[in-house]
Parts: sequence; structure tokens; C-alpha cells
Amino acid sequence: MEAMYAFFMDTAGMDEMAAHITVAVIMATIMFIVMALCAIIFTWMERKVAGFLQSRYGPMRTGRWHGWAQAVADMLKILGKEDIIPAEADKPYFIFAPLLVLLGSLLAWAAIPWAPGFVAADLDLGLFYIFAVTSLVVLGILMAGWASNNKWALYGAARGAAQMVSYEIPLLLATIPVVLYTGSLNTQDIVIAQQGGVLNWFVFRDPFLFIAFWMYFIASIAETNRGPFDMPETESELVAGYHTEYTGMRFAFFFLAEYANLFLVSMIAVMVFLGGWWSPIPGLDFAPAACFVVKGVLMVFLNMWVRWTLPRVRVDQLMHLCWKVMIPVTLVCVVGAGIWMMASGAVG
Amino acid sequence: MSQKLVDSLQREFGTDILAVDSPRGDESVTVAPERLLDVLGHLRCAGCEQLSDVVGVDHPDRAERFELVYLLRSYADNERVQVKVNVAEDAPVPSAAGVYRSANWAEREVYDLLGVPFSGHPDLRRLLCHHEFEGHALRKDYPIEQGQECARPEKLFTDEDIARAAERANDLVSDPDDVHDELHPSDLLTVNIGPSHPATHGALRAEVLLDGENILEARTEIGYIHRCFEKEAEDHTWAQVMPYTDRLNYCSAMLNNSIYAMAVEKTIGVEATPRAQAIRVIVSELSRIIDHLVCVCANLVDIGALTNYWYLYNVRESIYETLEKLCGSRLTTNYARIGGMSHDLFDGFDAEVRTKLDEMDVGNADVMKLIARNRIFLDRTVDVGVISQEDALSWGYTGPCLRATGLAYDLRKLAPYSGYENYDFDIPTGTNGDTHDRIMVRMAEMVQSRSIILQALDKLPDGPLNIDDNSVVLPPKESVYGSIEGVMNQFKLVYEGIQVPAGRGYGFGEGANGELGYYCVSDGTGHPYRLKVRPPCFPIFSSYAELVRGGMIPDAIATLGSLNIIAGELDR
Repeated sequence: MEAMYAFFMDTAGMDEMAAHITVAVIMATIMFIVMALCAIIFTWMERKVAGFLQSRYGPMRTGRWHGWAQAVADMLKILGKEDIIPAEADKPYFIFAPLLVLLGSLLAWAAIPWAPGFVAADLDLGLFYIFAVTSLVVLGILMAGWASNNKWALYGAARGAAQMVSYEIPLLLATIPVVLYTGSLNTQDIVIAQQGGVLNWFVFRDPFLFIAFWMYFIASIAETNRGPFDMPETESELVAGYHTEYTGMRFAFFFLAEYANLFLVSMIAVMVFLGGWWSPIPGLDFAPAACFVVKGVLMVFLNMWVRWTLPRVRVDQLMHLCWKVMIPVTLVCVVGAGIWMMASGAVG
Repeated sequence: MSQKLVDSLQREFGTDILAVDSPRGDESVTVAPERLLDVLGHLRCAGCEQLSDVVGVDHPDRAERFELVYLLRSYADNERVQVKVNVAEDAPVPSAAGVYRSANWAEREVYDLLGVPFSGHPDLRRLLCHHEFEGHALRKDYPIEQGQECARPEKLFTDEDIARAAERANDLVSDPDDVHDELHPSDLLTVNIGPSHPATHGALRAEVLLDGENILEARTEIGYIHRCFEKEAEDHTWAQVMPYTDRLNYCSAMLNNSIYAMAVEKTIGVEATPRAQAIRVIVSELSRIIDHLVCVCANLVDIGALTNYWYLYNVRESIYETLEKLCGSRLTTNYARIGGMSHDLFDGFDAEVRTKLDEMDVGNADVMKLIARNRIFLDRTVDVGVISQEDALSWGYTGPCLRATGLAYDLRKLAPYSGYENYDFDIPTGTNGDTHDRIMVRMAEMVQSRSIILQALDKLPDGPLNIDDNSVVLPPKESVYGSIEGVMNQFKLVYEGIQVPAGRGYGFGEGANGELGYYCVSDGTGHPYRLKVRPPCFPIFSSYAELVRGGMIPDAIATLGSLNIIAGELDR
């Protein structure tokens, strides 16, 4: 980042403001392209993983090698679809909702530390910022369901709002022990604090963090609305939930947002618990960004594995799990990790 | 078989029993319509827990035009009896809905298709035909080619219904300190589950009245793919009906074929050869496995366990390959014939079936590993859609859904046919009558079916496939081309159909989802005079609204899947 600023200010002769704007535009473009690419790659990956788990192949024809071009073909197809807005829909909200959902995850991508010094927005409140902007997704889903003027969509939206607002609490609480350890919300600092091999990753620092990691993992599945917590969609119950009435590109935005969100929560898990860009063996950190992405993809795989293994929970059981199990457990983790820190003399 | 019941009736009602006869061993008593409810009530107390079906027959030439046959079954004594009443046109028959719950829909069907009015029926509306349909399709004077276009949908909940439901829900909150907000009718939402909904797996409709996620009340509507199979059957010869039976329960066509053939054979008074019977057992059990696989995997998909679908469907696909090899098609098998089978097994059938059964074992084991101790699965299915044994009997449940309540009743064991008495197998039962038990009973039944198939393959008898009676079975081709007698037989069978002697017979067997029966009435012309199907899922679905009331939408979906409702046989 500093190198980029230096380049624009010194070599290209821009003033500070112009350099900031230029860098911001460049980073935003990169993020958007990476995000779109991720969505395409992960849809293909999801189909292959699902196929692998379900004793079938998944796409095999498009692009010859294991149907690698299937996701691209799907995207092209969806671009050519008719865009339908129901006559009774609340038009402005109906149009704006998918954008809001996408925006929620896109904004959060800005604070992801890909490699030392390589982060689009190096914020002191990075982690807090990420959780704050992802809340926009709830708003988008609620808006989509309400504006569709369809009972199934409304049910999906209501379930989605209840679920995502609830699960944000254990999600946040699970990361608090890590913040206690680091003493900072800056995403770079959190990763830097995990230097020195696999045993220094926060997930293995103490038993409470280990539990917190799994709590985070479960809550993150609920946050991304994926099975077994896909309440807002619940294909067999609510037809297609909040996006029942969406077609074409607008539907694609929801789709894009789902996979962007999936990768986002996986990257947060990597950043907060799994050592970020550090390799498991100390001293082998020659490709930090690659290491970060590989870990993220593994987390995505884990997520898919869970999705294609477990049945869906019922909506009241989902709430029970959140409020009566996960929130108390994560609270215990926060206190426990604090005590553990003091006992082991790790207080910074 | 049921002499005891008939004797007790005669003791009790004396001369009110107008006639007693036993066509083909089915004991039946005729009573006057005004004594019907007393007789049914007496039979109910005497141990007949279930009204299987009500069959209406139209005789336009008689003064008492309609003949209604009530098929009753006692599980405790394993006995059956039929009660008949004859009524004139427009003369009301007292409704038995207060005695047996299954009478509700059975009588609605008779009312719909024959126009017999029932007095005291709680909800006498059309059932299979559209509510705007005019006339009664099964009456002999309704022309078969006359179609009607009816398009307007029926609203199942009126505003008054919704207001009443809100009031009832408010009354239930008895605690005065409860700060529960009063429900207003405008707080409630009606939602249609179906006719096209991902979880209905066929065209059926349930309209639910919701308070949030909770179902206050549900109402069902069927008939979306009603094509009046029974009217079509009257227009065809007995043998020509066979392909139509494929389309009843399209998940287990072989069972429909075999049981239909058996019912007609019973009406004629012949019995299939041992080899044909053994083959019927084998293909029926394969069919039962397929049906159970479809039901379980669709049920699991409905509760979100999508992966199990492939583990089970791959097996089904593989068994379908064998069936296709056997009879040329996967779904519409049309394999059984009255008096035998269409053709013999192919070479290597034995070995192929054994491999397929091993595949089934692997698939089922995989699924059991995924679900048997899965917390989410148990939370979703245990105590969901519970029905007590008593209610299940009254609603007319049979088959796996009844066995899930703990009653070990299987027609293959307790009213054996096609040589089932020669095979050694168990009757798996549940305890709770919930969705979980229904799934597990089906899983266990597949293991029993496997054992039956293996036994049948081991002692498959040689000998002729078809009975030696060319007035029933088409003569061999050499005989048709080589002898005048053969030509005549062929000609008469093809042009006039099998001359089933005038009379009646109720042939039934254990279908994949319960008692599948065909009530055959013949007037000796070669065409069925009346052919009534007793589809197992029809009475089961009539209880659906009751089962889901008070539950949540996800429970309603899980319950629907476990009942195995096949629209093809539900609507006929």
C-alpha cells in the first residue's frame, strides 16, 4: 500500500488526496473482480463438492475438464434472462434490495488482510467494521422479502431477519477472546499476533479459544444462510424464500452475495483463528497471500461439507440453539479466555 | 372367515338383516339404509375398528338404483365383513362419518362421483371432481366422452372461518395474566402449500391458516390429476385395464399390476400358477423397495438432508434397470396378466437381482449412518406428525403408516396371498406413530423385502407360467396359427375380453403404502361393470389436516413426506 501511495505521489506527481482516491478506486476494482471471480469459482466448487459427497460427478461437459466453464456459462445464461418485476411488487425496494445485499458483503471485503501490508482499508476498528457492514445483508433480505409482495418471500425474509440478527451475537462474542489477546481490532494486528507456527494460531492458544472457533464456525453458517441453517430459503418449505420472485441478474446478485459472504466468513475465520497469512510451519512464509487464500478455501470446503451432510433444523430449534446454547457458551468462552490469559501470564 | 361377525349381527338385528351372502368368500350382509348406522355402530363395538372403503355401484335399471358397500375390517380378530345398503336415487343415506373417520372422504367420493346424498355428513362437498363440475361421472348415464372445463379455484378458508379460528386461538390462552396479544383475524395469513410446491411431490393442495409459523388450521383439496380411472375401466375389457393400473401408484406399478390381476382372478375364481405367484412376489417386493426408497428419500429431501437422496435414488435407478430389462419400461411396467404374467423372467435375472439387493444394503447403510443418530434429524422427526393407533385405525390407515403406531398388521402375513405364507419374514413396527417411526419402519421393511426376494429366488418353482385356461389367458402363438380352437380363443379374448362371470370380488393385497384393493363387479360382458380401487394413501391423506394442526410449517412438510402420498392413486 505504501508503495502504491509512494508511486502515485512521487512518480506520478499527484497530491495526497488524488493519490488516496486513485488507490481507493484501484483497490475497490480489484476487490470487486476478486469477489466476482470467487463467486464463479465457488459455485463450480460447490457443485463438484456436492457431487463428490453425493456419489455423482457434478458438471462434466462445459469446458471439457470437469466442467470448469459451467459457472461461466451459468453467469452468461443468467445475464440473458428476462428481468421480471411482479406487478404488485414495491418497485424501488424490489430493485434496491439485491444491491444492498451485495453491498453488505462487498464493503466488508475492504478490511481483509491478504498479506502483510496488503489490505484495502487498514482500519483500527477493522473487525468491528466488518461485522457492522455485514449487517446490511439482513436489511437487504428483509427488503427483498417485503417488496416482493409474496407470502413465501415474506416468510423467508422474516425468518432471515430473525436468524441473522440472532446469530450475529454469538458470531461477535466468539471473536472477543481473540480481541482480548491482541488488544486490538485492527485486522493486521490480529494476524501479526499469531506469528510463529500452528501452535501460535489463536484456535490452539487455549481451550476456550478452541471452543470459540467452533462457535464462530456454526454461527457463520447461519450468517451466510446456508444449510443446515438455510431458513430464509428452505427450498422444500418456502419454495425459494426471500428471492422467490427474483429472476435474471437480480437473482444473480443474491447468488453472488451468498458466495461472497461464504468466502468472507471463511476469511474472517482464517484471519481471527487460523493464523491469517502465516504458514503452519514457522519460517516458510514466502507466499503469504496464497497461504491466506488456501486456508480460506479449505474453510469454504468445510462449510460445503457440512451443508451437504446435515438435514435442516427447524426455525424454532434454530433460535433455541442460538439463544440458549451458543450465546451462553460463547459468553463462558469470553470469561474463560480472560482467566486463562491472566493465569498463563499472557496479559499484554 | 367372518362368520362370527355375521352371526352376531343376525342375533342382534334379526330380520333387519335383509340378506347374507358370501361372494368369493367375502361375507356380506344387506341392511336397510335406516338401520345402517346401528349396524355399523354394532360392528364397531364388536371389534371392526376400520372402515376400509365405501364402494358405490350404479344400477340404473333397479328401483333402488344405488348399491353402497361398506368394507369393514377387524384387526383384533383379523376378520372382514361387508355391509350393503340399496338406496333409490336422491334418497339420503345416513352418514357414517360419526362412527368411522375414514367415512368422511369415502362418502364425499361417493357423493361426488355417483350423486348419493348423505344426511348428517359434516362437510358434504365434491372431492375428486372440480367444485363447478356438473353431473356425476360414475353414473352409467354420464357419457364417458363428455369433458367439462372448470377453471376457477376454490377458496378453502372464508373470512368467517378465519375470524372463528382467531377467536378459538384467543380462547385457548386461558391464563388471564398472560400478556399474549389478542389475535385479530387480520393477524392470520392463509398460505397455499401446493398444488405446485416443492414438497408436495405431485399435485395436491393444502391451504393452511397461519399465526406466524404456527398452523392454526389446515384444509386439503385433492383431485388435481383426477381422470376417473374407474370410468375408464368400465369402457375397457378386464385385460385392457392393466396398463391403467401402472399409473395409479406410479412408484410401485408392479404391485398395482399384481394385485389387480389377483383381484380379477379372484372374481373369476381361478388362481395363478405357483411360478407366476412367485414371480409376482419377487417383482412386487422389488417394487415395494423402490416405493419405500422414493418415500424415504423424498422425505429426507424435504427436511433438508439432500445428500441421502442420491444414496437411495442410485439404488432405485439400478433396480429400475432390471425392471426395464424385464418388461421394457421403468415406470409403466404392465407386467402381470390375468391368469399369469406377460412373459417369463429373463436369463440371469436371479444373479442380477441379488447384486441389486446388495447395492440396496450399501445405500441403506450409508443413509442410516447419516441419519440414525443425527441430532437434527431426530429433532425434526421425533414427535412430529404423531397419530395414535386408535385414530390411525379410525382414519383408515394401513401399511407402514399404521405399523409405525405399533400395530403389527401386514396383509402378507395375516391374509396371505400369492404364497406369502411360504416365506419367513417379520413385520417391523414403530412405537410412537410419528414421522421418525414411519421412516424407520420403511427402512426396516426394505430389509424384510430383501429377505423375501432371496427366499423366493431360492425356491422359484418351475412349471407353467400361465394357467391352462384359454378363456382367460391368450393361447400360445403356435396354437393360434395352427388350430381353429386357438384362433377362436385369441379372437374372443381380444375382441370380447375375458368373460368374467357375473358376480363380485374384492381382491386386496399389501401395497407399498398399505392395503391396495380392487372391488370388482362383473355383469358377464367382458367389461368391468364397476371397478373400485381402494388406494392406500387416500384415507391417509384425509387425516393430513388433522395431523398438521397446531404444528409448524416445517413439521407439516416433514409429515407430508412421511405419509407417502402419491397423487396418481390419490386422485385416480
